Amino acid sequence: MYLAQIYVHHKASILDPQGEAVLNALQRLGYDKVDAVKQGKYFEVNIQADSEDEASKVVNDIAKDLLVNHNMESFEFDLKEVAK
Amino acid sequence: MKFAVISFPGSNCDMDMYYAVRDSLNEDVDLVTSDATNLDGYDGVLIPGGFSYGDYLRSGAVARFAPVMESVKEMAAEGKPVLGVCNGFQILTEANLLPGSLQHNTSMEFISDWSKLRVQNNDTMFTDQYEESEVIDIPIAHGEGNYYCDDETLAQLKANDQIVFTYEDNPNGSCDNIAGVVNEQGNVLGMMPHPERAVESILGGTDGLKLFKSLLNHVRS
Amino acid sequence: MEKPKTITPQDIKDQKIYQDWGLTDFEYNLISNDILHRLPNYTETGLYSGMWSEHCSYKNSKPVLRKFWSDGSRVLQGPGEGAGVLDIGDGQAVVFKAESHNHPSYVEPYEGAATGVGGIIRDIFSMGAKPVASLDSLRFGELTNDKNRFLLDKVVAGIAGYGNCIGVPTVGGEISFDPCYDGNPLVNVMCVGLMDQEDIEAGRASGAGNSIIYVGAKTGRDGINGATFASSQFSTEEESDRSAVQVGDPFMEKLLVDACLEVTHNHKDILVGIQDMGAAGLVSSSAEMADKANSGVDLDLDLVPQREIGMTPYEIMLSESQERMLLCVKAGHEDEILEIFEKHHLDAVVIGHVNDDKQYRLIHHGEVVCDIPTSSLVNDVPEYQHDVVEPERLKNVKEAKVPVISNVNVMVKTIIGQPTIASKESVYRQYDCRVQANTVVQPGSDSGVIRVRGTNKSLAMTTDANGRYIYLNPKLGGQIAVSEAARNIVASGAVPIGITDCLNFGNPDDSESYFEMDQSVEGISKACEKFDTPVIAGNVSLYNETDNKAIYPTPMIGMVGLIEDNQYITKSDFSETGELVYVIGDTNDDFAGSEIQKHLEGQISGKIHFDLEEEFSNQRLILDLIHNHLIESAHDVSEGGIIVSLLESLFENDLGLNGEIDITKAQLFSETQSRYVVSVSQEDRESFEKLAGKKAHLIGVTDDSQQINLRLQDGQYVDDVTTLKTIWKESLSCQMKSKA
Repeated sequence: MYLAQIYVHHKASILDPQGEAVLNALQRLGYDKVDAVKQGKYFEVNIQADSEDEASKVVNDIAKDLLVNHNMESFEFDLKEVAK
Repeated sequence: MKFAVISFPGSNCDMDMYYAVRDSLNEDVDLVTSDATNLDGYDGVLIPGGFSYGDYLRSGAVARFAPVMESVKEMAAEGKPVLGVCNGFQILTEANLLPGSLQHNTSMEFISDWSKLRVQNNDTMFTDQYEESEVIDIPIAHGEGNYYCDDETLAQLKANDQIVFTYEDNPNGSCDNIAGVVNEQGNVLGMMPHPERAVESILGGTDGLKLFKSLLNHVRS
Repeated sequence: MEKPKTITPQDIKDQKIYQDWGLTDFEYNLISNDILHRLPNYTETGLYSGMWSEHCSYKNSKPVLRKFWSDGSRVLQGPGEGAGVLDIGDGQAVVFKAESHNHPSYVEPYEGAATGVGGIIRDIFSMGAKPVASLDSLRFGELTNDKNRFLLDKVVAGIAGYGNCIGVPTVGGEISFDPCYDGNPLVNVMCVGLMDQEDIEAGRASGAGNSIIYVGAKTGRDGINGATFASSQFSTEEESDRSAVQVGDPFMEKLLVDACLEVTHNHKDILVGIQDMGAAGLVSSSAEMADKANSGVDLDLDLVPQREIGMTPYEIMLSESQERMLLCVKAGHEDEILEIFEKHHLDAVVIGHVNDDKQYRLIHHGEVVCDIPTSSLVNDVPEYQHDVVEPERLKNVKEAKVPVISNVNVMVKTIIGQPTIASKESVYRQYDCRVQANTVVQPGSDSGVIRVRGTNKSLAMTTDANGRYIYLNPKLGGQIAVSEAARNIVASGAVPIGITDCLNFGNPDDSESYFEMDQSVEGISKACEKFDTPVIAGNVSLYNETDNKAIYPTPMIGMVGLIEDNQYITKSDFSETGELVYVIGDTNDDFAGSEIQKHLEGQISGKIHFDLEEEFSNQRLILDLIHNHLIESAHDVSEGGIIVSLLESLFENDLGLNGEIDITKAQLFSETQSRYVVSVSQEDRESFEKLAGKKAHLIGVTDDSQQINLRLQDGQYVDDVTTLKTIWKESLSCQMKSKA
């Protein structure tokens, strides 16, 4: 069994109004060292797979089919082997 | 009598609330921006609907830090009336002036419609013009109006008669059909439905008027 | 990122790079030989390609657009500015325009629809008007297809997401479905604004030395099409991580509306002009503003707020990042304007000045990267005359077959469950239609109605399109499109005062497609002149084709009507029992392009019948009846025929209807034009019949039976209204949820 931690975020060229709004709020609150904020999505997915390769393929497939809007978003993930 | 309507960046029902007080209640009212640092001279404060700061992080999450909120908290502590409608309700819960929080509607869709509300407590400064258990028609328009609180809080709300309005036909999944609650002192009301949109018959109904009249009577007395 | 500079003017000519950007050899030679007398550089070529595109220049559609009738005593601003403006009396004006966002909505439906709403709202407040309502007209392929369900779902969410947040009520619209919109959905949005006439603004940049101010969102690489870009610029890997999709930020636009209206209302004396940055972004707004004032501009691109690093002048100028406005402000008064924007939490920067040599000059990193006559960007684009050829299908057209109805009950249930006919409540329930507290008649009626606060007047508004009729007869179909809109307006108690349009067509190089556009515009124009509803604004969307299969020619009509006194506001529902129900207008065998024909035959064919004089006289009658308080409700008869209109009027208050109608079962579904269903109280019967004369046919009386019981020429139709209502109400959401 693998735990996939999947991070979905906007591509660099895409406007992220949510991130901008949070950035502005933080700056108003005095966090002047904060320079940029991007807001994304985070998923934890348990995958019954026998190998890391197999789990990784499943993650790529579900990202492609459902989790990610490829027009605007890209993703990264970490895989951990976990006990069943 | 003089009321303040707070306008945050992204508020979009601020003028509706302003007109309701000015034209339907015939009372003095100012639009006060969220940068204001005092609310001296106002008898009550109205926090309108909209999408303050885009509601991007969580509804109301950024607005609670606006400078004016310190003054709103002071007014609440002094026992003066504070009414939050829709986004205003969300801001009041984020600012911990009211218990609970507002989540996405169970349908995950924005809902705009007329809704039937039951007045559960007509013994508040906001509702004493209504009959006991009166059913009223008030519009709703929200994507995150699903009221949630834990069991302990819910028990307290009930014990203290803090549940003011419930939905007859729960549109958004709110626990115990809750549409509006007051704080323990009874001077801060938050509600998702829009009473300011139901103050003229040409707009389809006037059931919201009694809320404003209750408030006015209270402030006068 | 500096790479484009290494492409020399000679490279552009020798390698014909301009072709990748959509410029033809003829156009390129015109630029280098006749306008500049030299070869244009990379940036200049890019600017011409953007400004000379059909989207900005209307070079293909202008000869047709000139046919539109745009006169009339109410017109304060016709086509050519951000939006059209009409006089509504008392020193006030209504401002409106519609725009299509078809292709972006296919590529990325949520953001495509959202930015469509944002764009049209900017057009309205750039005129100095407060946006008070919006509407939308949507076309999709059939819902049996997953992709179409996805598109509908996301487009609606996008319209809701943007409109609800910015606080402009969505008060009306329409949706229908036909297989020809597979791969080419139509997303047309209309916005209506209100203003005092003295506040009308224009997009002008005049007076040498006056400042050009940029306001709003930073400029990114949004909307710069990869295809019009020198493809050598990006490796494949980089490309996969880039995107040209524009994301809307309704919060930013809310701030922009408030700030810009404060400037246009309170600082008219120092504001010279204002325009939004729409198609072709900064170049089109600045060049158009300067050209209208017969001047030029010098802009320093290093001052333009940028979201990404290393942007080229070409990218900065042609970016279609959303939520940006351009202002021209009198020299010496810049700080007053900048302070207002700062107060509204917006970035505003002086990026250049108006010049007096009429040149369009851009400085980037201290270097002049563009120096061309401003007017050439706007005015020198060649206009193309296209061949028009009548399509074969329009010749020797036969009458449509009269459908054989074996079981009328089954057929009614089938027709009212068609997604085009069924209730759209599951859609419009997602739109905040009451924000601003002016909405009198909400979506679901013939027209949306909003009152003009502080007066006893209201505005009625509607969007309408029927590609089927136009496909079968472009000219009559064009007349019908305007007439249907006018019927909706009239039924609400309003006098139609003007229209905007979105011309959605296929490839203009196809001479049959061009014929359809040409003829339908003639039809639209003729009806507009008849109804005294000038065309005051519009938009063109061509090339709506996939695999050489074009959409039905689908010009969308957005119409506004004026209700001079709120007592005339009329709803489309029967309100109580005992009302007499009449049909205004005769019913014939009109099945060409009808919903029942589409359902039974799987395609549309046949002859369209329409009489503009009859149409107009029926509209007049309805208004007379309303002004004399002789009818309780009015509802137009459109897709699906009289049975659909009758049922819709019964549903709201769960009424029944008993009576006799002198038509056949099939004619229940006939779509004969110019008809209305009205209800009349018993006491008004005599006066009503006297005024309506032979145009009115009494068909029955409303009751509380919750049954519809109609004796017909060839039988009887009896059914349970509540059951029918359930089908009508739930059909669309059922079809959205079901899996094919």
